[in-house]
Amino acid sequence: MASKTQEALVDPLFNENPIALQVLGICSALAVTTRMDTSLVMSIAVICVLTLSNVFVSLLRNSIPTNIRIIVQLTIIASLVIVTDQILKAYLWDISKQLSVFVGLIITNCIIMGRAEAYAMANPPGMSLLDGIGNGLGYALILMITAFLREFFGSGTLFGKQILPLVSEGGWYNPNGMMLYSPAAFFIIGFLIWGLRVWKPDQLEED
Amino acid sequence: MVEHYLNLAVKAIFVENMALAFFLGMCSFLAVSRKVETAVGLGSAVIFVLGITVPMNNLIYNYMLKEGALAWVSPNLARYDLSFLGFLTYIGTIAAMVQIVEMVLDRYMPKLYAALGVFLPLIAVNCAILGASLWMVERDYTLAESAVFGIGSGIGWALAIVALAAIRERLRYHDIPAALRGLGITFIITGLMAIGFMAFGGIQL
Amino acid sequence: MQRNALYTILFATAVCIVCAIVVSSAAVSLKPAQDINAALEKQRNVLLAAGLLKADEKVDADEAQRRFEKIRMVVVNLETGEENPDIDAASFDQVRAAKDPETSSVAPANRALVQRLPDNVLIYKVLGDDGVEGVVLPVEGYGLWSTMYGFIALESDWDTVRGITFYQHGETPGLGGEIDNPKWKARWPGRKTFSEDGEPKIRVIKGLAGPPAEDPFHVDGLSGATLTSNGVTNLLHFWLGEEALGPYLARLSQGRAI
Repeated sequence: MASKTQEALVDPLFNENPIALQVLGICSALAVTTRMDTSLVMSIAVICVLTLSNVFVSLLRNSIPTNIRIIVQLTIIASLVIVTDQILKAYLWDISKQLSVFVGLIITNCIIMGRAEAYAMANPPGMSLLDGIGNGLGYALILMITAFLREFFGSGTLFGKQILPLVSEGGWYNPNGMMLYSPAAFFIIGFLIWGLRVWKPDQLEED
Repeated sequence: MVEHYLNLAVKAIFVENMALAFFLGMCSFLAVSRKVETAVGLGSAVIFVLGITVPMNNLIYNYMLKEGALAWVSPNLARYDLSFLGFLTYIGTIAAMVQIVEMVLDRYMPKLYAALGVFLPLIAVNCAILGASLWMVERDYTLAESAVFGIGSGIGWALAIVALAAIRERLRYHDIPAALRGLGITFIITGLMAIGFMAFGGIQL
Repeated sequence: MQRNALYTILFATAVCIVCAIVVSSAAVSLKPAQDINAALEKQRNVLLAAGLLKADEKVDADEAQRRFEKIRMVVVNLETGEENPDIDAASFDQVRAAKDPETSSVAPANRALVQRLPDNVLIYKVLGDDGVEGVVLPVEGYGLWSTMYGFIALESDWDTVRGITFYQHGETPGLGGEIDNPKWKARWPGRKTFSEDGEPKIRVIKGLAGPPAEDPFHVDGLSGATLTSNGVTNLLHFWLGEEALGPYLARLSQGRAI
């Protein structure tokens, strides 16, 4: 049992990372990775929504009528996202303004629907909870790495704190503005996947 | 006035390309871009659905959800602000519209239905569709503007996926490191395409 | 799991009701906190532009409210430049007024790409010990990607800049987005706005500008963001010019609108 629990939690981090392996759910997230603080809040929001939706779907799994299950899952997820959005607006106003529409887009984050459909519909709530946290963390890991690289090299800061002194302020670092544009995020994810697959060759795909 | 709409459309297609500038609709963007033929199918389905759902959600937002929107029913209702129900309503509308479009096409245009086939249901959970509706609300577009914006964003997304599929078809003949094959190289190519599209930045008509 | 239709309908209804209750109670119970945030943010931005709040200063709602007592809001008619006492400033919503065809008009062609101009705008007067010390004016205009909304504050000579701030924009983070950078905003106070013949003359230039005393009409450009920099110049020229706030500023300098 212990190993199974561990599997549910750890597998999604490296062995079956949802972004790297299944390309799931990056839509709603990459746009906020120009800064680490927004990415962190986004990650936490996704982990919460994913875990709770997994638990609720799992609790209801034996009573949801098959023909309306997708819309029921969608309703549960959308409600959780609305609550998350309201909480962010109430307690983290500044960050919620920067996240703008991307909080709402958690609804269409494929990881959440994917895990509800693939895991929570067939497993008890306890395991679904762990599966939710595990997949959420796997997602957060990629997001934070991307955000770290983009913020560090793009503006010389981490969590808004100046690490590399900028030329414009008398320092030596000339920020690479390209990191803050969208292509940089694609490159970083591409290279991350490359690295992950060199490290774990069983994830190679035939094209 | 025409200029204004033209400008909006150009911006939605090139400058603020849903897929390349905002990463929206990535899941299907990467999964369905192996062949040009299927990419064209999915692309046209997205244009179609965006063109319908964005104006539709615009009406719902303006006449049911936003503060004071219910005044047309009765002045007493004017003080209610239901905009927090937005996410739930838009996704519901999108799912319902996709379903209805599917049934109408099946009945009256079986050829188009067969062509779009499996892509229609996929679209209901495509972030680009929900994203366009959320943006429409945030930017406070009028009904006409939201129709232009919806169709424009759809064309932009379709353009990007068809171009990517064309590149991927040719990639098959290239010697790419094994670990980079598939997803990895697709991301990098998408990045290069995004750089290309950045050239449109700052265009004003 | 296949069940009969009645069960399906009942189940769907139950899910809807539960979700509706959860969502509505969250929205209703968190609304006061959100409203405070929204109001606080607006106050903060006005105070920032007016120089009554430092960029790195964190203040709570009460403190912001206390400082805001030095600010008096007035609604000004753009065409006549006169204060409009018929409209309650506290509840006046300029954004909404600019959308409504009854309280706005199509803006004349302008480089700030403002589409509609409201008939009335909300102005914030900064009160000092002896009368009005300055005035905070709303500005908006197009940068590279987006419309930038902000405030510019002038001293009571109606020429010297007190401060500038932008509270909403979608410019590129790190490049045009640097209009949020306190260091850049600190380059503004002390600059002069108008030329001798009363035309707006202040510009954001490419590269560095001299200190305000030597180079009063120029402000440092944002590196790598020429279009955003030009956007700031354009929006200032439009809003301080004849077609927008010009008449009001003219009345102020004649001492007729205090």
